[in-house]
Amino acid sequence: MENNEEKIALHLENVTMQFGGVVSVNNLSLDVPEHKIIALIGPNGAGKTTAFNCITGVYQPTNGLIEFMGEPMVRSHPVGKAEKGYKGQNADKYANEPILAPTPDRITALGIARTFQNIRLWSSMTVFENVLIAKHMRAKQNVFSAIFRGNLAEEKRMREETMALLCEQGLDTYKNEIATSLPYGLQRRLEIARALATEPKLLLLDEPAAGMNPQETLELAEFVQEIREKYNLTIFLIEHHMDLVMNISDYIYVIDFGSEIAEGEPEAVQSNQKVIEAYLGVSEESA
Amino acid sequence: MKENKRFFPTLAGIALLLIFVILLENISAAVPGLPDVFQPTSPLFTVLKKAAVYSLVAVSMNLLNGFTGLFSLGQAGFMLLGAYTYAILTVPAAQKDQVYYLFGGCAFEFSFVDMFGMVFGNSGVGGAVSMVLGCLLAIILAGVVAGFFAFLIGFPVLRLKSDYLAIATLGFAEILRAIFQWQKLGPITNGANMIKGFPTFSSFNITGPSGNVILRLSTFIPFFITTVCIVLIVLLINSSYGRAFKSIRDDEVAAEAMGIGLFRHKTLSFVISSFFAGVGGALFAMYVANAQAKAFTSTMTYEILLIVVIGGIGSVSGSVIATFLYVACSEWWLRFLDSEMYFGSFKIPLLRNGFRMVVFSVVIMVIVLFFSNGIMGNREIDLLKPFGKKNKKKEGHTH
Repeated sequence: MENNEEKIALHLENVTMQFGGVVSVNNLSLDVPEHKIIALIGPNGAGKTTAFNCITGVYQPTNGLIEFMGEPMVRSHPVGKAEKGYKGQNADKYANEPILAPTPDRITALGIARTFQNIRLWSSMTVFENVLIAKHMRAKQNVFSAIFRGNLAEEKRMREETMALLCEQGLDTYKNEIATSLPYGLQRRLEIARALATEPKLLLLDEPAAGMNPQETLELAEFVQEIREKYNLTIFLIEHHMDLVMNISDYIYVIDFGSEIAEGEPEAVQSNQKVIEAYLGVSEESA
Repeated sequence: MKENKRFFPTLAGIALLLIFVILLENISAAVPGLPDVFQPTSPLFTVLKKAAVYSLVAVSMNLLNGFTGLFSLGQAGFMLLGAYTYAILTVPAAQKDQVYYLFGGCAFEFSFVDMFGMVFGNSGVGGAVSMVLGCLLAIILAGVVAGFFAFLIGFPVLRLKSDYLAIATLGFAEILRAIFQWQKLGPITNGANMIKGFPTFSSFNITGPSGNVILRLSTFIPFFITTVCIVLIVLLINSSYGRAFKSIRDDEVAAEAMGIGLFRHKTLSFVISSFFAGVGGALFAMYVANAQAKAFTSTMTYEILLIVVIGGIGSVSGSVIATFLYVACSEWWLRFLDSEMYFGSFKIPLLRNGFRMVVFSVVIMVIVLFFSNGIMGNREIDLLKPFGKKNKKKEGHTH
């Protein structure tokens, strides 16, 4: 993946996340180049979602550095109690640098949007409102202009953009339905639409095909490629569906027990012995 | 946008309502021989005044509990701050020595009413103008003080979740109540004694030269202020910020991931809610004609919480309706349960002092157990619906 012409959108370096004595993500380093679709795969409990949560600021990693568009975004080293019990590596590497731990909303403001493994739509609100709220962050307004309706132009723009986004995703017919009453596939799609409403540069998809049938998965693959072109996005996804991953990703990282075990182009990863073992287990004879 | 079309009809509806209130309280003077209910001393007006005050506090609590999902129980504390701020700033300097006689006068030899009085004069129309302006400024400041304290207390407290937040805010309110009764603060708060002598609702009645009332406005004033405040809250709820608050209520993690700063928005909601609770506190002081820390107990917060639950958590119109029902029941309709009654020689059992509260408690338990969505759930009354306009968006201005 070392290619100097490519600009790296997201760069993880020695990211370690330790909960008590459990190291969920261990010394993970990876690069997500701009405008590519990169996948992070691994068996259940491998630490994929935890890695995502470190990137999006839900967790502060115990150690490591995350850069976005060449700028350090998250930087951490173990301190206090965590320092004594730290089981990871490279603890000294960042020890002299100040800790950077922005909250998730700040990371979203930088241009990283995400979806969730177990869909998290705002359940009391309509499809339209779900997308509209995601526009709130980038709206030029303050609470007084909002109360006294000094932001009418801005509000109108938000509504129009939301409508355009919904039309484009084929969700416009459902715009007044309660979001959680939609069929599963559409809820996933709505979640992606909502993430797009925050105007991201990098989109993180956490198991976007979970619970989908093969037909829906196929559609999703096309859809993901479509939005990448349209919004000039970089996409980083976690997935279990091997078909989808092999189909759309440009490069794959495989982790197991928090550590990277393989990386490469889809074909290379598919035939990698370690990956097969991680997924299928080691057979008695070959061991 | 839809809202533009609704603006003037809504405004007209509010104006009609306020005119109706003025007519209602003056009708007994114009038309002799009406039933006692319409007399100025009837419980009807007590209920209307108190309910107007409480509905503002209930709606402010609903903004926090129902729309932002922050379970806070500090409302009485912020009301207390508002009530005291209003009282201290409006007692005329001439009366301060008398009110604060135990402490040898007030630390603030200053009153907004006097301040404007220096500009507009202290008697006649000028006196009225300076009183109105002074009271208005004091009411706004009451809100500002409450909001400022909310901002300060919000730093540590808003990091807590659900019940912990409730306990912390409840504690804050109780501490405030104790502090305001502290004798050492006597020159400011009058210790455990009440502050009196400031303009109340009846000060707004327009009187003739001989002191007779020409136009009663004592019910109109709380209605007017409450209506303005509730309209502001509704405008906020229907704005981009209101939607952001609701998203925090529905799913904090998703809200934060979509770029809605939790702490900033929670603080905002907390400060705004407390601002209006402070205004409500000032109105409450005007209603009871005194400011006394003893009155702002946690029971008061529970009462308001109850109103919010009965009305429907997340419904402004529900809160308003529930307030009027609740206050009417507790102050008027269920009063008969407290007095012994006879059918001929048969004494109706159970009716005695305190029985009202028993019935009340049962009613509340039934509501909470079987109608936990309250009167309105999270819907709003749409006053414009009957006029044939199809409005999908919910928006409610009741009363």
